[in-house]
Amino acid sequence: MPYLALDTTTEHLSLAVTTPQGVLARDWHVGQKHAERTLPEIEALLSEAGIARAALEGIVYGMGPGSFTGLRIGCGIAQGLAFGLGIRLVGVSTLMALAQGSGADRVYACLDARMNQVYAAAFERDGEGWREVITASVCDPDAVSIPEGTGWTGVGSGFAAYGEALGTRLGDALGTTLPARFPHARDLLALALPVFARGAALAPEDAPLVYLRDKVALKTHERIKA
Amino acid sequence: MLVLGIESSCDETGIALYHTEAGLLAHRIHTQIAMHSEYGGVVPELASRDHIRRALPLLGACLAEADKALADIDAIAYTQGPGLAGALLVGASVANALGFALQKPVVGVHHLEGHLLSPRLADPKPEFPFVALLVSGGHTQLMAVHGVGQYELLGETVDDAAGEAFDKSAKLLGLGYPGGPALSKLADTGNASRFKLPRPMLHSGDLDFSFSGLKTAVLKLVTEQSPLGDTMRADICAAFQEAIVEVLQKKCLAALKQTGMTRLVIAGGVGANRQLRAALDDAAQRHRYTVFYPPLELCTDNGAMIAYAGAMRLQHAVSGYGYGVKPRWDLASLPAA
Repeated sequence: MPYLALDTTTEHLSLAVTTPQGVLARDWHVGQKHAERTLPEIEALLSEAGIARAALEGIVYGMGPGSFTGLRIGCGIAQGLAFGLGIRLVGVSTLMALAQGSGADRVYACLDARMNQVYAAAFERDGEGWREVITASVCDPDAVSIPEGTGWTGVGSGFAAYGEALGTRLGDALGTTLPARFPHARDLLALALPVFARGAALAPEDAPLVYLRDKVALKTHERIKA
Repeated sequence: MLVLGIESSCDETGIALYHTEAGLLAHRIHTQIAMHSEYGGVVPELASRDHIRRALPLLGACLAEADKALADIDAIAYTQGPGLAGALLVGASVANALGFALQKPVVGVHHLEGHLLSPRLADPKPEFPFVALLVSGGHTQLMAVHGVGQYELLGETVDDAAGEAFDKSAKLLGLGYPGGPALSKLADTGNASRFKLPRPMLHSGDLDFSFSGLKTAVLKLVTEQSPLGDTMRADICAAFQEAIVEVLQKKCLAALKQTGMTRLVIAGGVGANRQLRAALDDAAQRHRYTVFYPPLELCTDNGAMIAYAGAMRLQHAVSGYGYGVKPRWDLASLPAA
């Protein structure tokens, strides 16, 4: 019952596939070369795992937040694969994937959103899954919501780009930080497998994306006002 | 051969199934005009967000209409450029992943080649060689087309595209966005001889165009005649449309004369303009050439022309599934098919 996961939402590309021997996962720093690299690397990974593409049971993709173009390359590939193979897919939050991969139980996940902002959310381990205690949002690093208590593990590129501002803002709430971590397909896969198991995977045409930054242009009347 | 075509280069998602023997089996277009109109122009990021929502539902509808299964598809063609990078990447990603899943060849198509060849989806279809006028919101070009991939640029606009001049003038006249079609409609009710607008580069001796001056002339008229009543507005529209149509018609005739060709092909959104068609048909009778248009619903961006052009270029299909888009891409650089 092989499942394939992919993440193209940062300057990394990561893939993971379930095999009888466990999960086989790979990642590369590809900059903006996701279109060029993703499908050939999927082909190589499936070949290494001895899995025919037609044997895949489901596709998992990082549904954001992240690079807008990266999100759509991943979602477009996931949609094309799932539609072409007649299987279902699951989109997983990239912020929750950061939590999953951190090894911690209380995680402040934060990705660089460019334009001097971050995508941020806080998660607490809840059995096999995660409870989102601070809802994901896009905001200035010095205005992020502060979780209750102390010692939250800070994870993700937000801490690399705005470590000082976030450190000042979060104060004692923040413990150790893992700024080099990125949402990894291995962690998306772990979070998605229970969704497939309970029959909650989606048809490929219903694949959601989470941009968080939804105001991308001014309407004519707003421009005139400005 | 059944070819799937996917177009996502700007603000229309187009999907089509074309069969090399049976012809066009199904095509669907979703236009984003209403979404962008609030912004007064195409917002690239919003265009991309919409393409990814539309592509698969449109594909499902095409398969149902053609009564075909995915497994019947022999090859997949997608618009690789030119166009908006983010928008192009949506179609490219879906196309290549579908090809990978179905283990079928995928071919990247030049958007303008799609338009150029689209009149060959009509009956009767133009045989090669022909002169093509490619006229839309993004392009105004005259080309000598000797065969698939054998394109010789004869002339082009040095500033605004004809469709762009329509839309910008419509904006000046308070007709909203994109106002080109509204301007044409209003022009039908106006008196074209009340105002005389310039015919830029009509006697330039070459096959190039310029339309930005015409827009400036409209601005001047609007300023002078303000506030505009309905009749005044209609008369300006009529004068504007007459000027553009005359320039396009005269340059087409000059291109036919220069090349010695007898077939003229019109492609692109402005090709749907009724007065332009009437003027070209009229000149065709007098000057003994034949003029060909794409089917009316294939004048705007669509998947059918991409599927058709892809079918002509299957020998360039790749099987590696690593892909990239070409937001800028010179048509003349294409190899002959």
